[in-house]
Amino acid sequence: MKVGKRLKSTVCSTNVVVVRAADVTLSCGGAPVVEELAGEPSGELATGLDGGTQLGKRYVHEPSGLEVMCVQAGTGSLSVDGVVLEVKAAKSLPASD
Amino acid sequence: MSIIMLLTMAVELDGDRVAVTAGEEHLTYRDLLERSRALGAELSEQGAENVALLDLNTAAFPIALFGAAAAGVPLAPLNYRLADDRLSEAVARLSPVALFQGPGVSNQVAVGPADTLLPTGALLAAATAGPATADQGAVDDMADPESPAVLLFTSGTTGTPKIAVLRHRHLFSYVTSTVEFGHAGPEEAIMVSVPNYHIAGISSVLGSVFAGRRIVQLPSFSPEAWVETAARERITHAMVVPTMLGRILDVLEERGEKLPALRHLSYGGGRMPVPVVERAVGDLPHVDFVNAYGLTETSSTVTILGPEDHREAMASLDPAVRARLGSVGRPVPSIELEVRDHDGRVLGAGEVGEVFVRGEQVAGEYTSHKAVADDGWYATRDQGHLDADGFLFLRGRADDIIVRGGENISPEEVEDVLASHPAVAAAAVVGVPDLEWGERVEAVIVLEPGAADPSAELTAWVRERLRSTRVPSAVHVRPQLPFNETGKLLRRVVREELAKGGTSS
Repeated sequence: MKVGKRLKSTVCSTNVVVVRAADVTLSCGGAPVVEELAGEPSGELATGLDGGTQLGKRYVHEPSGLEVMCVQAGTGSLSVDGVVLEVKAAKSLPASD
Repeated sequence: MSIIMLLTMAVELDGDRVAVTAGEEHLTYRDLLERSRALGAELSEQGAENVALLDLNTAAFPIALFGAAAAGVPLAPLNYRLADDRLSEAVARLSPVALFQGPGVSNQVAVGPADTLLPTGALLAAATAGPATADQGAVDDMADPESPAVLLFTSGTTGTPKIAVLRHRHLFSYVTSTVEFGHAGPEEAIMVSVPNYHIAGISSVLGSVFAGRRIVQLPSFSPEAWVETAARERITHAMVVPTMLGRILDVLEERGEKLPALRHLSYGGGRMPVPVVERAVGDLPHVDFVNAYGLTETSSTVTILGPEDHREAMASLDPAVRARLGSVGRPVPSIELEVRDHDGRVLGAGEVGEVFVRGEQVAGEYTSHKAVADDGWYATRDQGHLDADGFLFLRGRADDIIVRGGENISPEEVEDVLASHPAVAAAAVVGVPDLEWGERVEAVIVLEPGAADPSAELTAWVRERLRSTRVPSAVHVRPQLPFNETGKLLRRVVREELAKGGTSS
């Protein structure tokens, strides 16, 4: 896992980009995400990991410091060790340029 | 991680929304992505290592910016106000380069055998030919985050200009940490009037794409065109540099135009006189004002004085709070900021030193060398201090500080006092080589229209208000002061002129 990498869900259309890397396994819809996906996503979302991802939101895993940004939304939830990642509150800054 | 990802996300959100308006032309986010990818494909085939653009603010700029990124090469927007020989030198440093020149600029630039020079018309035509789809865009919007996205020539009035390097990760971090994705309403439109070879012209385009805010390109700035475009396009957001704002207010007052759609005006890129800010707030009471401080080397903004800060300062009777109208605000959350002395000691509130910043958006890098320390801190060369609440006040460039008999004197401090005299419209203060003191303080002033020369009484005027070491030993009257086109006072030019001597006062 490297900062700047695009990671893809194997079970839904979710794509994230790594903002802060950590040595953990990130899953989406219960299945580990991959860098290269051959063909279309397939398979079932795991129960409880089907809350979906929102385009443009940041997701964090507090214990490891992992932070990713959703660059394509999907129906699966992001998780590490079965724990669903939380949406990081957006900092609303006034436009400066 | 690439700046194109900002665009593919905007397409994902709503590809049919208008992204860019340039004159009669409108591009949706999907159009912009398709054209950028088509240009990228053509540039890759061509094998240029850099793309350069010499153009007013037109639709070509965002296409060239994202198109270069699609080809994995950086875009270098060039300053069309430079003399032709200097532009030719700049182009030579980018070779092999694909240079695109817009119809609105008349420069005659020489290119080498490995380079191409094409009109932006060719860029736009090439970019419409491609059969690319947004779906394809989503899968190849990656670039090496380490690869350069933008090259910007510094203005350096003496010596060879440096070329600042901004990598994809710097710009991506800057935009995604300061802008909330897709939060702009469908009615929002930002006018970009800062030239595209200025960092704010670039970050404005990137940030607006990510926000989903329509970009209206103002080809080149005049206060009349700015006001007319703002009214016609129902502009809600705009960013201006100091020299623009006063002239815009003149036109607004003259025409009785209130710009009811305008709600957000940010300013930066140089020191804004407090009276101009006060006048702007008075003329446009429905508008939120934002003062931003940033540098090319930091991917733009590092501190912000927000709308609420402006309102508090305007309403306050506490001089310390009121003074914040002259501050550049507090660091954005993704930036660490320190003020340090010569020995690197971190200074406390009220102590003047050099401003240092650290954060993922900080590039601090040139093609010639890296200027960021190993621990990530970047020395801005700007002098300033923080107040007790963490608001930053700038006191000019470290290079402009006058050292008189071992004492450091900030030119702004003296300039502010001179400019507060009713007969003085503007002032520049510099150090002139002096056998006794090392440097002595001298001033150049511009008179208010019709005012009598107040030079004789200015010494007493300054002495009453500042320490005697600050009193200029000579005051020269000039018809105008040298500013660069983005409103920065060129003290270096004043200093060189006065150091040569033989100047009349």
